[in-house]
Amino acid sequence: MASNAAVPFWRAAGMTYITYSNICANMVRNCLKEPYKSEALAREKVHFSVAKWVDGKPQKPIVRSDDPEE
Amino acid sequence: MFRQAPQLMARATTVAMRCRRLFSTDVPVEASADSTFVEAWRKLIPNIEPPKTPSSFMTPRPSTPASIPTKLTVNFVLPYSSQLSNKEVDMVIIPATTGLMGVLPGHVATIAELKPGVFSVHEGNDVTKYFVSSGFAFIHANSFADIIAVEAVPLDHIDPSLVHKGLADFTQKLNSASTDLEKAEAQIGVDVHSALNSALTG
Repeated sequence: MASNAAVPFWRAAGMTYITYSNICANMVRNCLKEPYKSEALAREKVHFSVAKWVDGKPQKPIVRSDDPEE
Repeated sequence: MFRQAPQLMARATTVAMRCRRLFSTDVPVEASADSTFVEAWRKLIPNIEPPKTPSSFMTPRPSTPASIPTKLTVNFVLPYSSQLSNKEVDMVIIPATTGLMGVLPGHVATIAELKPGVFSVHEGNDVTKYFVSSGFAFIHANSFADIIAVEAVPLDHIDPSLVHKGLADFTQKLNSASTDLEKAEAQIGVDVHSALNSALTG
């Protein structure tokens, strides 16, 4: 069971620690000078393709990308 | 009803005495390979070396010395890079959620959550300052400190105009936020940008 101790405000609002720390990190990255800013933001880009399986067959894959051109 | 109690209690204390609790990051000094396993392996598969375990790849940490060492050994890591590795310094100042924490050699073993703020490394007269977003610090009894952050940047990489703009934006968002989640996000924004601001001015 979770403890009854006082929780941080972000936890009370339903955020997890990962969400909170990623928001913090993103805000710091957005306050950097160029060229460090684009470098830091590029590092966080995610690109993957997901295909759901129905009846043992893969469905059409969906590409999820942070790159604008795709 | 309590017939077993004295026995159980006695057992609990002996167990507690036997195993001094270690951090999971504390590697025991003698990482010994299981000799019976190695022997059995060599008997069965003489042409392949026995597999290595994580403890054979990690260099063991020294045990807690009797006298306090003069230097603190710091590891400072980010998800994408290692900023300081086994660096011997005089002192570090950690922005913990409970307040700024100065760590000198011989500090008591602690785990601290970090808040957005300035992490400074003191080496003689040289002070290196980083802004860390969030993370954790593990301070071990043997004067080793492991600091783990999600994002950390040197102070001179921060753009003051963007900080002021962000602070104004999030203060406004905090006033107009309707749901709890939006409010929390705006509050985080205000906290991070005020920390950035005070890091630049102070």
